[in-house]
Amino acid sequence: MSDTTTKVRASLKKRYAAEKRFRLYGVTAIAASIGFLFILLFSIVGKGLPAFKSTFVKLDVQLDSATLGISDEPTEAELRAANFGGLIKQTMRDRFPEVSSRGDKKALYQLLSTGAEYELYDKVKADRELLDSTISLWLPADDELSALIKSDADLSNPDSIVTRMSDKQIAWAKSLKDAGQLEVRFNRTFFTNGDSREPELAGIRAALMGSAFTLLITFALSFPIAVAAAIYLEEFAPQNRWTDIVEVNINNLAAVPSIVFGLLGLAVFINFFHLPRSAPVVGGIVLSLMTLPTIIISSRAALKAVPPSIREAARGLGASPLQVVTHHVLPLAMPGILTGTIIGLAQALGETAPLLMIGMVAFIVDIPASVTDAATVLPVQVFLWADSPERAFVEKTSAAIMVLLVFLVVMNALAVFLRKKFERRW
Amino acid sequence: MNTAVATDTIDTSFIPRDPVKDSAQEAFHKLTETVGTPTVENAKMRSRDVNVFYGEKQAIFDVNLDIGNNEVVAMIGPSGCGKSTFLRCLNRMNDTIPSCRVTGDLSLDGEDLYGADLDPVLLRARVGMVFQKPNPFAKSIYDNVAYGPRIHGLSSNRAELDDIVVDSLRKAGLYDEVKDRLDAPGTSLSGGQQQRLCIARSIAVSPEVILMDEPCSALDPIATARIEELIDELRQNYAIAIVTHSMQQAARVSQRTAYFHLGKLVEVNATNDVFTNPQHELTENYITGRFG
Ligand SMILES: Nc1ncnc2c1ncn2[C@@H]1O[C@H](COP(=O)(O)OP(=O)(O)OP(=O)(O)O)[C@@H](O)[C@H]1O
Ligand SMILES: [Mg+2]
Repeated sequence: MSDTTTKVRASLKKRYAAEKRFRLYGVTAIAASIGFLFILLFSIVGKGLPAFKSTFVKLDVQLDSATLGISDEPTEAELRAANFGGLIKQTMRDRFPEVSSRGDKKALYQLLSTGAEYELYDKVKADRELLDSTISLWLPADDELSALIKSDADLSNPDSIVTRMSDKQIAWAKSLKDAGQLEVRFNRTFFTNGDSREPELAGIRAALMGSAFTLLITFALSFPIAVAAAIYLEEFAPQNRWTDIVEVNINNLAAVPSIVFGLLGLAVFINFFHLPRSAPVVGGIVLSLMTLPTIIISSRAALKAVPPSIREAARGLGASPLQVVTHHVLPLAMPGILTGTIIGLAQALGETAPLLMIGMVAFIVDIPASVTDAATVLPVQVFLWADSPERAFVEKTSAAIMVLLVFLVVMNALAVFLRKKFERRW
Repeated sequence: MNTAVATDTIDTSFIPRDPVKDSAQEAFHKLTETVGTPTVENAKMRSRDVNVFYGEKQAIFDVNLDIGNNEVVAMIGPSGCGKSTFLRCLNRMNDTIPSCRVTGDLSLDGEDLYGADLDPVLLRARVGMVFQKPNPFAKSIYDNVAYGPRIHGLSSNRAELDDIVVDSLRKAGLYDEVKDRLDAPGTSLSGGQQQRLCIARSIAVSPEVILMDEPCSALDPIATARIEELIDELRQNYAIAIVTHSMQQAARVSQRTAYFHLGKLVEVNATNDVFTNPQHELTENYITGRFG
């Protein structure tokens, strides 16, 4: 046996052992990260799922013009001022005629959400024919009652229930439930409403639209600027001190804490350019400042990874420098550029600090319809709800996080799809 | 068991020095003028006193060399002697290397290569190049060949373009192997096929001069023979400069042969003369295999 053979053989075992150990570390690391991910998902989904359901009370409402205090042919303004609240209270009193004291009546009204009267108003506004008829309607229940029903509590045994509701209220709830007038349904309100002080009326729509508008601005600004900058720096710029300085500064920019960008946005865009406060347009600009370096750096890396021989081949055929880039280099670098973009946008989607500085932390009830309307974004909404005292906001918080995650997944899926499109077999 | 011995402690004076090598080395240092006939009448491409530097390092020293019409000039020489570097001067490919500096006069049909009239884009359409390593585009076989004609607008419709592509592939001896899969990516071909694809790609533009940097180094004898045939055909219309490590190939395809050594052009003569009756000691050493 030759010397090499003995030596190699002697070391083989050690080498394989090292490899085995390394693999074990790898598997452990992956298992740990998957474990943590699952814990996170489980706790969020577990807490957040109830928020997608909500309890409704079925009431037979007699739409009596007299009770509403309106004429037979009500005008728009008359209808808006009509006493729908009173009508609902009347209906509740009719349902429970035995309730007489003022305190009890007040407690009885509390079973329904304050949003019930708006629901009724919307219904009548949509169809005037309903006036002076009796309609059967599912109206949103109050959040405490809703939580009680959703948790499937034993209503006949009030002592076992932890709730802020009184025993009387529980008894009424039981009566409603036994009569089939209580039902847990899909919570559409959560997806159609803006924020509200009442948990049962609070929705994610405003924040979702705010996030969408903000990211749209961020993408529209940062993607073209960053890619153009990366192409110029990588393919056209001469290698000199100036480009070195630019490069160092871009790298530094990537490391600047995001709140600094918020301060900059406040000082420049709001105070100097007088762009609207709390608007996605400013948020988008600020976030694109933050995303730019990320996309530039990853785009440059992607461009650098394109083999120089491809450039030579194209140039050798007489392609102009721009043709070399657009026909050959850019398509090959696109998957890498898209990966960088999605990382940058995902970062922007989860960002709160810079948005606090430009006033996007507002209490937004109206759904923003354009990039200049006041808006908030999903992570800020999460933050706001997590800070609210009502118990029902706990599940809203988790539900908002779920919506945020779904948004992220959709965004990623889009990027993967685009990447697959560009990344042909070669 | 320690077999490694520091070499600088060994006394080498007892080794007899090679008289051939020494005298050749001396001759090289004395070399100021190229032996033979580097210039021709009515040259297609002319180069006078060309020097090339990579940063501080000089890679080409005072080279004068013409490429005539309808002729193939072979460039031979040991690895690293500057053949590729010189070839790349002829279509200004060296422009793209930031550290590379070219001095001297280069011309195509009497037009200064660095003159205002001859844009590098136009120059490269007229002077095609096949590279040492195959470098197909990340596109289909068809698009690889069609790329040049497309960007220069050489065809007015799809049928014409198809003709150009098929014709070029045929000339490069690749058509029969790929005719069923023109949509397959160019990179899915074997190394030799890729090289022939690159040849097809550069002749698709119908350049006036073709520069070939070891086009056959990855090819089998059959494909090589096909390419050599092609070179001979192309010679009827074009001027060709080819770098090769195979002396047989140089002998087969070229009319004149230029021998480079450490950045200097040592000898240029009719191919027959170079291989049967080399004038310079270095050339003789190289072609007889005494120097690698
Ligand atoms: N981009 C570059 N930067 C710096 N030096 C270079 C560069 N390209 C080539 N050189 C140097 O220039 C000299 C000539 O190189 P060249 O590629 O022209 O050799 P060659 O004759 O083509 O060799 P081979 O037969 O191995 O291809 C070599 O010493 C090489 O190291
Ligand atoms: Mg070479």
